[in-house]
Amino acid sequence: MITLLITIALVGSNMDNILKQGVAFQVRTEITENPAIAKSFSSVDEFESFIQTQTEQRVKTLGLDEPWYSPQRIGLTMYKILFLDFGHATFLTSDSGSSDVREIILEKLPKTILLFTTATIIISVIGIFLGALSGSKVGSVIDRITSSFAIISSSFPVWWIGMLMIFLFSFAYQIFPARATPLIPASDPNYIGSLLYHMTLPLITIVIIGFGSWSYLVRNFIVGIMQEDFIIAKKTMGINQKKIIYTHALKNAAPPIITILALSLSGSLGGAIITEAVFDWPGMGRLYFEAITVMDLPVIIGATYVLTVFFLISIFVADLLYGYFDPRVRTG
Amino acid sequence: MSSITPQEIKKEFFKSKTGIAGITILSILIFTSIIVVVTIPGDTFKDWNNPGKWISYPKVAIPVWINLFLSEKIPEHKILNTPNVNYDMSGDTSITSHQFGINFDYDDFPNDFIYEFSAKYSGKPLLQIDVIRPDGIQLKLLSTSLPYSDLNSMHSERIFSTDDAIKKNLYLQSNKFLFSLSNLSSEDIIFSKTDNHTPLKGNYVFLIKMYGDNSKNQIPESKLIIGGKAFGIMGTDELRRDLAVGLLLGTPLALFIGLVVAIASVMMGLLYGAYAGYRGKKTDEVMMRFNDVIYALPALPFLIILSITISNSIFVMVGFLMIFGWVGVAKVARSMALQIKTRGYVEAANMMGQKNSKIVLRHILPQLLPYAFASIAISVPAAITTEAGLSFLGLGDPSFPTWGQILHDANVYGASARGLWWWIMPPGIMIAITGLAFVFIGNALDVIINPKLKR
Repeated sequence: MITLLITIALVGSNMDNILKQGVAFQVRTEITENPAIAKSFSSVDEFESFIQTQTEQRVKTLGLDEPWYSPQRIGLTMYKILFLDFGHATFLTSDSGSSDVREIILEKLPKTILLFTTATIIISVIGIFLGALSGSKVGSVIDRITSSFAIISSSFPVWWIGMLMIFLFSFAYQIFPARATPLIPASDPNYIGSLLYHMTLPLITIVIIGFGSWSYLVRNFIVGIMQEDFIIAKKTMGINQKKIIYTHALKNAAPPIITILALSLSGSLGGAIITEAVFDWPGMGRLYFEAITVMDLPVIIGATYVLTVFFLISIFVADLLYGYFDPRVRTG
Repeated sequence: MSSITPQEIKKEFFKSKTGIAGITILSILIFTSIIVVVTIPGDTFKDWNNPGKWISYPKVAIPVWINLFLSEKIPEHKILNTPNVNYDMSGDTSITSHQFGINFDYDDFPNDFIYEFSAKYSGKPLLQIDVIRPDGIQLKLLSTSLPYSDLNSMHSERIFSTDDAIKKNLYLQSNKFLFSLSNLSSEDIIFSKTDNHTPLKGNYVFLIKMYGDNSKNQIPESKLIIGGKAFGIMGTDELRRDLAVGLLLGTPLALFIGLVVAIASVMMGLLYGAYAGYRGKKTDEVMMRFNDVIYALPALPFLIILSITISNSIFVMVGFLMIFGWVGVAKVARSMALQIKTRGYVEAANMMGQKNSKIVLRHILPQLLPYAFASIAISVPAAITTEAGLSFLGLGDPSFPTWGQILHDANVYGASARGLWWWIMPPGIMIAITGLAFVFIGNALDVIINPKLKR
């Protein structure tokens, strides 16, 4: 809610100006298109005052005469948003041509979820495996490679690696397309295949950048847990090292890992903006960027709302899972 | 946790290899930026977006050093502005002649050539351009009369290789060549062997003569540009800008953004968190809820909205980055302050009636400093990449050539799909190196502060 309030506060005044200008423009074009009205004026002053009154009337009917921060207008906007009624976009349309914000978002959201959820799952699987492996053998070659890879990859911007990947795989070796938007329309039966093919390059990029820091995090948790007394006790009892790591240590490292997984899943949705801009992936991030550049208020509000809701839901789910994995935080 | 003295940290720090590597890279970067700031005058920043300054540079030229690795040498872009000046007076006519010698040693033809000059003369002198090739053939390129002038005003002109008169003159001399000259541009003819159409290597001399009847005739500025496909250490971009200059200018900017954002936001977070933790109870509750609200804001979308609606000046952007930077630090600082405040000396200070602000500043904050340094070092790369990301989206400050800005231009002109690697790689590598330096330092500090990680 507060996120929305701030968004509206930031964009509201600009939006009103744009809308007002739009109204004034509309009035003028109507007059120029209809010479009968234009002829009925005797002087320029009269003409101007007519436009003035017309514009003011329309501004009033749209409710634009009150400032954007008036309780009525904000209340109305918030009420509508609660029921997922984002209104109509001012400039942008969905691929099927609808300007209903809900439809636009519903069209873009699955693609972002498809790309980033797949990426996050691959990243976390690789990360947990590598992290457990290097955490169990601190100081080994694998450990050193993973740690240094994590440090190095975390200082590269994802989108820059994206540009390099485009350079490598669509210029030097023409394997994947440079633009990630499929060229065929969504109704085509081959669409899904084409979408997946276009998805490969962004997916590889995100995974390459992501799994290093993941495995480093997991490694650090495991290293911490391996020093706990119960693990040492198990070791002295002669339980197989692998079994200790994959059942006992990982289970204890699970709560923080789950939290990070949930946060990074929802965070990736927001952080997708630049990545999607580089690859031209037709998802939420690009929609958001386009909406902001043309100041399409309903779309901005809608997208922010959806992103925030996702964020909050994932925090909530993470908390629930935390209780499941770590009985100490259970109450009652 | 906190019982490490600064001396110990210093000692431990210089033991770790990564820490030393980080410090080394950082000092190189700082050294470069000091040199840049001192040697390059302040208003060069503005010239970055001024196409007039870059007019004599080539478009998307590859770095020169690439020739070291290639068997077929790419022609270098050459700007010759120190001609051999000769002056001769025979009878009534004065001859001012400028000679440019170039050693052409490449396996491809140059892109074009431009003769740029400003002359002072009286009357209507004749300007003649000839070229003497390595095989001794002298080709007449141009003889034209300059517009009337009376010695007072300066006449400036650019003669391009695409000039029709040059082409016509070359066709008139086509009997010197054994192949057809039609559809060939003038530089392809001048630099070609006579028997087949391949580049002729060797020393070329461009001879510019001005015949006039006044002894005071002179050409004060004269510049010959042989347009090549390779230029400078870093090449040039689509707008003819020298990327080496851009990369150098970006260094102090990146360090400035990273350091200011990191230091300010960590300090803010520390104060906020330590105060909340120390006061506890309701103050703590309220302050932490506010912290949660900021934490729940999606940072990048908000940064985009802010930079569009308010301002995209680099200084304002630094401020915006700070708003989102302090949250995590505040949380950790609060939990640490909660531990520290139970210690005896804090309670003693409290009982002695010291002011709250003094206790936080004098007794709690110093204990948090090692953590603060580590988190400053770790949050610098984040600040730099976020700024670069914003610039990349085209929301950066256009008057400062940051690395993100260069990458933005590269993306706009489709550099990655066109294979212009020298435009994409260096800025990203610079961002990464700067980030790495701080990550190294941060990690080395982190290991010292959390001995658990070391084992």
